[in-house]
Amino acid sequence: MILATTTSTQDSGLLDSLLPAFTAATGIEVKVIAVGSGAALELGRRGDADVVLSHAPEAERGYVASRDLVEGRLVMHNEFLVVGPAADPARAKARPLREGLALIARTGPFISRADGSGTDKKESALWKQAGIEPARVARREMTGQGMGATLQVAEQRQGYTLTDRATYLALRGQLTLVPILSGDPELMNVYHVYVVNPATHTRVHATEARAFVGFLVGPGAQQEIAAFGRARYGEPLFAADAVKPDPSSP
Amino acid sequence: MSGELWAIVGRTILVSGVATVLAVLAGAPLGYLMARRRFRGRTLLLALVNTGMGLPPVVVGLAVWLMLARSGPLGALDLIYTKQAMIVAQFVIGLPLVVGVTAAAVQALPRELPDLLVSLGAGPWRTMLLIAREARLGLLAALMAGFGAVISEVGAAMTVGGNLQGSTRVLATAIVTLTGRGEIGAALILGGLLLLIAFAANLVLTVVQQRSEP
Repeated sequence: MILATTTSTQDSGLLDSLLPAFTAATGIEVKVIAVGSGAALELGRRGDADVVLSHAPEAERGYVASRDLVEGRLVMHNEFLVVGPAADPARAKARPLREGLALIARTGPFISRADGSGTDKKESALWKQAGIEPARVARREMTGQGMGATLQVAEQRQGYTLTDRATYLALRGQLTLVPILSGDPELMNVYHVYVVNPATHTRVHATEARAFVGFLVGPGAQQEIAAFGRARYGEPLFAADAVKPDPSSP
Repeated sequence: MSGELWAIVGRTILVSGVATVLAVLAGAPLGYLMARRRFRGRTLLLALVNTGMGLPPVVVGLAVWLMLARSGPLGALDLIYTKQAMIVAQFVIGLPLVVGVTAAAVQALPRELPDLLVSLGAGPWRTMLLIAREARLGLLAALMAGFGAVISEVGAAMTVGGNLQGSTRVLATAIVTLTGRGEIGAALILGGLLLLIAFAANLVLTVVQQRSEP
């Protein structure tokens, strides 16, 4: 079974902890293709994946409307953070979100993923909501890569970047970057899982796909998600949501 | 070395080894024919082979991916993100290299040699085998060139293999993952192993090659 997903679920180590239990219980091997939500959604639309786990709710709506992705379920959420150098040249730390972004946009450097991922789309939305033209952000670099690689670049450049909390915590040991902006409701990061529509994509492994979705929203996996990271990082990296009302529904 | 590391090393040698052997089995006779026979479009074909040698491996990876993905023409074979897919991609990458080097090696032989063998009563298969023996320096060079090219290739291996832990992760793609995660020490160790394997393979083949120098 092919799972197209974001780099944040991969880089944080969550999938590594969940998948063995699934394979052991069902015998289904999961091939994880971690590419960023935009690319993952496209893989779903083309029928090149069986399940899509994504965190770009706005973009996902289009694929649901076109019936390429079906049987969507809310899985979990965490939050995005803007991290940056401890020295904080923009003096943005702990400011309200819009103000902080404006300050960072003036001084930079800012490292963008620019890879069509959920994080990338969130970053674009944040600039737009703050009324800032991304092209005018000072010393902006675009890596076109996943969260782990982008954090490495931000670290080397001592720049600011938008990251999800899970990947940041997972890599914190190698980084000197610190959280600069957090806590704003606009920074919420919501993950959904979808089956690629087997009616329109004939090669989809529908049984395996549904088994995986069922597993992910089931009590065992949800408990694992809620606890994931606590032992290692002192706090869980995600909040498990499968039984809660969906905060990103229209 | 951990069990997983051994598995990655073994997998790397298996995938690249099989791909290279297949490329030599297919490519050496082709290179021989191209060197031996005069036919229309031969020069054009030689130019194509030489271009193939310069073909970006990552482009080969993309092409193979498009063929093998679920939405592609061969999607029903379920070969995408498997070792077999990687062997296919590495075979395509190595083939022009093997054909080109073999053709050059055969062309370097005395012109009259094939005719001499035929006049002594050797059939076409025997002729080819004897010429292969004469050109063994060049053939071994083709083997080394092919293996060296594919074992260190990362773009196509990533694209068609997916770098899946426990099934398609090889040394080159593992190095990318480790670097991306900031685990530089581990990445360097794997880099050293990759160099070691490439060196060891070339050492063995060079020893064989030089020892058989007439």
